Amino acid sequence: MTATALPVKSGRVLDRLSLRQKRVLWAWTFLAVPIVFYGAIRFWPTLEAFALSFTNWNLLRPAAFVGLENYKRLLVDPLFWQVFRNTFLYLIIGTPVSLVISFVIAYYLDRVRFMHGFIRALYFIPFLTTAVAMAWVWRWFYQPVPIGVFNAALTWFGIPQQPFLRSTTQALPAILAPAVWAGLGFQVIIFIAGLRAIPTSYYEAARIDGVSEFTILRRITLPLLKPTIVFLVVFSSIGFLRIFDQVYNMNFNDPGGPLNTTKPIVLMIYQTAFKSLDMGYAAAQTVVLFMILLAVSLIQLRILKDR
Amino acid sequence: MTTTAAALEARLSRRSIRPGRIIAWTLLFLGGVVMMTPILFMLSTSLKDASQVYDLRLIPESPSFDNYIAVLSDGRFLRWFLNSLLVAVCVTVSNVFFDSLVGYTLAKYQFRGRYFIFIAILSTLMIPTEMLVIPWYLMASNLGWIDTYWGIMFPGMMTAFGTFLMKQFFETVPDEFLEAGRVDGLNEFTIWWRVAMPLVTPALSALAIFTFLGNWTAFFWPLIVTNSRDLYTLPVGLSSFAVEQAIQWEMIMTGASLATIPTLAVFLLLQRYIVRGVMLAGLKG
Repeated sequence: MTATALPVKSGRVLDRLSLRQKRVLWAWTFLAVPIVFYGAIRFWPTLEAFALSFTNWNLLRPAAFVGLENYKRLLVDPLFWQVFRNTFLYLIIGTPVSLVISFVIAYYLDRVRFMHGFIRALYFIPFLTTAVAMAWVWRWFYQPVPIGVFNAALTWFGIPQQPFLRSTTQALPAILAPAVWAGLGFQVIIFIAGLRAIPTSYYEAARIDGVSEFTILRRITLPLLKPTIVFLVVFSSIGFLRIFDQVYNMNFNDPGGPLNTTKPIVLMIYQTAFKSLDMGYAAAQTVVLFMILLAVSLIQLRILKDR
Repeated sequence: MTTTAAALEARLSRRSIRPGRIIAWTLLFLGGVVMMTPILFMLSTSLKDASQVYDLRLIPESPSFDNYIAVLSDGRFLRWFLNSLLVAVCVTVSNVFFDSLVGYTLAKYQFRGRYFIFIAILSTLMIPTEMLVIPWYLMASNLGWIDTYWGIMFPGMMTAFGTFLMKQFFETVPDEFLEAGRVDGLNEFTIWWRVAMPLVTPALSALAIFTFLGNWTAFFWPLIVTNSRDLYTLPVGLSSFAVEQAIQWEMIMTGASLATIPTLAVFLLLQRYIVRGVMLAGLKG
């Protein structure tokens, strides 16, 4: 088939196609570039990440197959278990705290008519900020007197100064706070959208029957809000399990410190891959992250769907 | 029916001006102010000089833009700002084009393999970015994409989330509109671009807002793929700038303000569209 023959031939072929076949051809034409993209930038790298996790590749020597060696190494690495614990602490504290706060705000904000848009904006604006910028603002807030705002406030109330980011117990919640803070606005907006989607006739009927506000909340609002709740639980859990920007910036001299008590798995991956250049080991960690995300999402969907 | 609803509404609103409502409003307002304090303190400190930083009053005694002049003078921030803008705009344009094209194809064409393609694209939602970062880095270094704009952009040029969102919306477009275009002799691409796309503009703006915001604030991948200062995006640049300033908090706050003010300005201009876009994306996505 020569280049000159091709247009003539395909022209004839195109003429012979039915309208339906032409449309199918259009569909595949539309999908051509995306298929290449998803193949090369999503599926191939996914397979490659799995494959790399079975090698000892470290940028310096060619990759050699080492079987499950990286996974075995991970299981006996005390740092991994520390990181595993931290990652789940971010999830277990972050998700319930942020969802309860945002639901309470949304529940009351939804009924507010006076300056509704303005108050909503106050809660929503932090969601639009850059995590890196806010990490530095919060880091400044946590500094000791006379710099830090929080310690200045504590001293003003006569409470002793707190070490915050320098403490092995307080640092993790201190880093989590800006992450929760920045995510609230999004959750509030989604909750309000969910609340508005509940038909008002339910409420009217309940009020005519003289049912108390609390019973309405428990028996009508929350059950009908379930799709929204499921979405937000899964969505925010994934966010907290993948926390990185705040941790990296708020303890920059020793990311994940003090003593690795704030290090999440994504930071461990970053350091293993791009500081120690231990790519094979890092790939195994990413596979573990993938399985954690999958397991947590599936468990949450299972539990929440049943209830 | 409307009269009873209106009567009930009136009764409810009359009931609503009660102490409980006023207390709830006040608490919500105070909570909102607390939410804004980090941003307000950041802006306030960026207007103070080094000697005033320890003065924690929110209104600076003698506000000045000296810090901004100092931070902007060497052009680094401007460069990072333009880098971020370029990357975010290109990725957003690409997503608006390709995600809606794929979403439209999956919603409006019948062909064998359609369901398979849809599930395949959707399944990539489960793969976390972090897992792909090492292969992407390998790919970028083999192809010479490290320290290039394309290197920062290529992983996000299309997203499964956007495709899914657009598919949902194109399914609500009546087929008659597209058939009318075919009767008029338009080709399939023109029908998509001229007929279908204008009917889903709310979804397009939601997708654009999300993609832009996500790329404007992105840190992890730009941190990995850029080595030279000139290619840093604003978050990466800000992070390196803050480290370099050590304890000069007024300078760090000025840098942080520079990264925040543009999004605040855009939000104040487009507030209604942004909130509606977030609602749309959250509910359908």
